[in-house]
Amino acid sequence: MNTIDLIEKEHINLDIPDFEPGDTIKVHSKIIEGDKQRIQVFEGVVIGRKGGGSRETFTVRKISYGVGVERIFPLHSPRIAKIEVVRKGLVRRAKLYYLRELRGKAARIKERRIS
Amino acid sequence: MTRGIIGRKLGMTQVYSQEGDVLPVTVIEAGPCAVVQKKTLGNDGYNALQLGFSQKKKNKINKPLEGHLKKHKANPYGYLKEFRVEKVDDYQEGDKITVDAFNAGDFVDVTGISKGKGFAGVVKRWGFKGGPGAHGSMFHRAPGSIGASAYPSRVFKGRKMPGRLGGDRVTVQNIKVVEVMPEENLILLKGAIPGSRNGVVIIRSSIKKRND
Repeated sequence: MNTIDLIEKEHINLDIPDFEPGDTIKVHSKIIEGDKQRIQVFEGVVIGRKGGGSRETFTVRKISYGVGVERIFPLHSPRIAKIEVVRKGLVRRAKLYYLRELRGKAARIKERRIS
Repeated sequence: MTRGIIGRKLGMTQVYSQEGDVLPVTVIEAGPCAVVQKKTLGNDGYNALQLGFSQKKKNKINKPLEGHLKKHKANPYGYLKEFRVEKVDDYQEGDKITVDAFNAGDFVDVTGISKGKGFAGVVKRWGFKGGPGAHGSMFHRAPGSIGASAYPSRVFKGRKMPGRLGGDRVTVQNIKVVEVMPEENLILLKGAIPGSRNGVVIIRSSIKKRND
């Protein structure tokens, strides 16, 4: 293992649940306002995961008041308090960028049943 | 006191700070550098330490350098660099300088040889704007006018023109030390550092920003 991987390993958070593109998740992120801290929840569909090691990020998309909102989170960030998997989705590609063009009923994702 | 060390750039990655911010860092394997020679005011006209880095096979060293190293009973080093210090007496020949010399939060200046870009045009080399790409424009990346005509009847010296870019000695100042890992001889510096991977860099404590 090379030195850079060793450095990245220290920053990897191991308590992250398994989730894939297509899954609906709730991301609990810590918001620091001055000396106060609160938790904000962002719920939406994972439309992609990018990068590897401690540099990995994931994109979550939701429709808020009729407007599409996407947030990119660093997967191993200490600012993420918790990730909850709400629903597993059945999709056939790694990046769901096609969802950006779809609205309403067309943008639904089939649920994946785990047998 | 000026602190300095010689190192090798390993590459870049990112780390999370205590607050959770993402910091881009360059990983440098620095030292341990042995003090090969002490230069003193009386003997050489100035105070400095000559440090050696990256041990080589003995037969890879040329004869003059071999003689110099033999005189100071030093191992065959591939790189020798001098660092000015105020008090040479604090050091002995053969002392090892490690990354311990720096602490997280210090500011350093880093010198390296920038990546060679070859023969580059004025847009890349000097940041000229260039012309429109399309719409009938026939002026794209050319340098344009290089001066007036009858007077001065020549091109002024220092005119920005195409030519070799990169491969120069570049110093970047006021770089923050993010982390020091003495067991692995590693030092993490915030942001980018001149040079390619495996390039040799010189790290000195910053001359502009004081370290407390």
